[in-house]
Amino acid sequence: MAETHPTLWQLMQSKGYSRREFLRFCGFAAAIAGIKGTGLAAVVEAFENKPRPPVVWMHFQECTCCSESFIRSSHPIVADILFDYLSLDYTETLQAAAGFQAEKCLEDTIKKYPGKYILLVEGSVPLKDDGVYCMIAGRTALDILHETAKDAAAIIAWGSCASNGCIQSARPNPTQATPIHKIVNRPVINVPGCPPIGDVMTAVVTHILVFGKMPELDSQGRPKEFYSRRVHDTCYRRPYYDAGLFVESWDDEKARKGYCLYKMGCRGPVTYNACSVTRWNEGTSYPIQSGHGCIGCSENGFWDNGPFYRHLAGFPGFGIETTADTIGTIVGVAAAAGVAAHAITTNIRKRKLISENIHESVNTKETGEGGEN
Amino acid sequence: MADAHAAAYRRLYVWEFPVRLYHWVNAICVVLLIATGFIIGRPIPITYANEAYQQYWFGTVRFIHFVAAFVFFFNFLVRIYWGFVGNRYARWRNFIPVTRAQWQEMVEVLKVDILQTDIKERISIGHNALAGLIYFLSFLVFLFQAFTGFALYSSMSSSFLPRLFAWVVPLMGGDFAVRQWHHLFMWFFVVFIIIHVYLVFYHDYVEGRGTTSSMVGGWKFEREDRLNP
Repeated sequence: MAETHPTLWQLMQSKGYSRREFLRFCGFAAAIAGIKGTGLAAVVEAFENKPRPPVVWMHFQECTCCSESFIRSSHPIVADILFDYLSLDYTETLQAAAGFQAEKCLEDTIKKYPGKYILLVEGSVPLKDDGVYCMIAGRTALDILHETAKDAAAIIAWGSCASNGCIQSARPNPTQATPIHKIVNRPVINVPGCPPIGDVMTAVVTHILVFGKMPELDSQGRPKEFYSRRVHDTCYRRPYYDAGLFVESWDDEKARKGYCLYKMGCRGPVTYNACSVTRWNEGTSYPIQSGHGCIGCSENGFWDNGPFYRHLAGFPGFGIETTADTIGTIVGVAAAAGVAAHAITTNIRKRKLISENIHESVNTKETGEGGEN
Repeated sequence: MADAHAAAYRRLYVWEFPVRLYHWVNAICVVLLIATGFIIGRPIPITYANEAYQQYWFGTVRFIHFVAAFVFFFNFLVRIYWGFVGNRYARWRNFIPVTRAQWQEMVEVLKVDILQTDIKERISIGHNALAGLIYFLSFLVFLFQAFTGFALYSSMSSSFLPRLFAWVVPLMGGDFAVRQWHHLFMWFFVVFIIIHVYLVFYHDYVEGRGTTSSMVGGWKFEREDRLNP
């Protein structure tokens, strides 16, 4: 394996990079993967000595935005991870091979490196009608996934499609699109987002390369490093939220001043991602910074939580504009009306009983009987 | 029914102090939680004369919501405990209809007090069986609100108690869904308050035995000839 897959250091040498540039890259990769300073030696060590792991990148029901995001990772050399360091043996979008050749590449990798290759999956897998809604080279996505996942060293689910189904699984989910972790009976690293942040993807891969194991995951299988905090918690507009200064409508004075977009339906408070820390496109910006609320693209079922510009979702079964508050108000008014009707009925129906009680008490008073013991 | 001669009444100590304390602490918490919850769900537009560093009112509203939630939760735990050690009117048996008599009483309450198809006077000294069942269902809603509330809170807290409920979030499909349900069930409390307060007044008005004030002093009044020995 080592002779066919040189280490990154060997590769960079052959391309004329200096030792200094190599170390800078290691430092960058370590920082982005959230590895602390003392762990830098481990990163250098790994990139210097470990052979390149073969990678199989599967594309199922997806739009390739995850790939697009990945190749836009901030550091110029990081892109080289994809093309040079990782031995990309199979990826429909980027591979040079086509047709039978391409399928042979996949077959060879699985046979030659069982338990060694990393499986990256982009897209969901349709289960309905035996999975006929996603076929590659005459086989269903389900079939291919089972075969490739069996001997993979690690499985990463790229993006919301592979992690939680994304738009294909939005109601009514006509193809029964299913996320990877519900199909393969093995641990899966979920990297949700539509797409996920390129630097986060790089960092997850880097972690596996350097430490040879999965990063620490939360209960939903997401790397804690990037998904343990909400977009809201690190948002630069957070002070406006606590101060109760909110944008009331698009393009008002408050929007111009950059107040909090909470009332415009921003999903930052319910979305776990690193957008407000790493930002996008080489740290240029992220949705909220650009004046638009977060739509929560890394959350489960975010397509069904619409409309995006309101904080309460439309309530299923009651029409699009019906929210929990609409239902609550109707029920509340009905209760008040019911109570009023009941009070009137009581005074009519129990008129006699009440007057008897009053009469009884009057009698008691006159005769001086009864009362407290 | 009321005869010509006057009836003798006996004073009964029904609601013990812990029950009354629970009731009022709970009432205050629920009102606070609804009010602050409404504002958190839909912040009121205020004058925007100040800069963010000059005010913190929304943070304060949320703080009140969280403090009230903690008090609400522990207050409820105390009430559950009291359901096992309190007097017969406070016991957990009042809230779970397991006996045939309880179901019969429920039908009777429905006929006499709610539908008023049967015009007579009927009383229960503590909770009637129907009220007990409604309270039991509301306890379940208390728990639901506590679970979803702490689950939402868990991501901003490293303390032990909220972390206990972190599992609710993936179970319900994410913070958004949890928030949605937490918000919807808030309306249960609004409706509950309307009906509960009305029925207290109703019973007081029709039966005249101090239903309303019983939750202050603990005393109710009952005709001696109706008391079971």
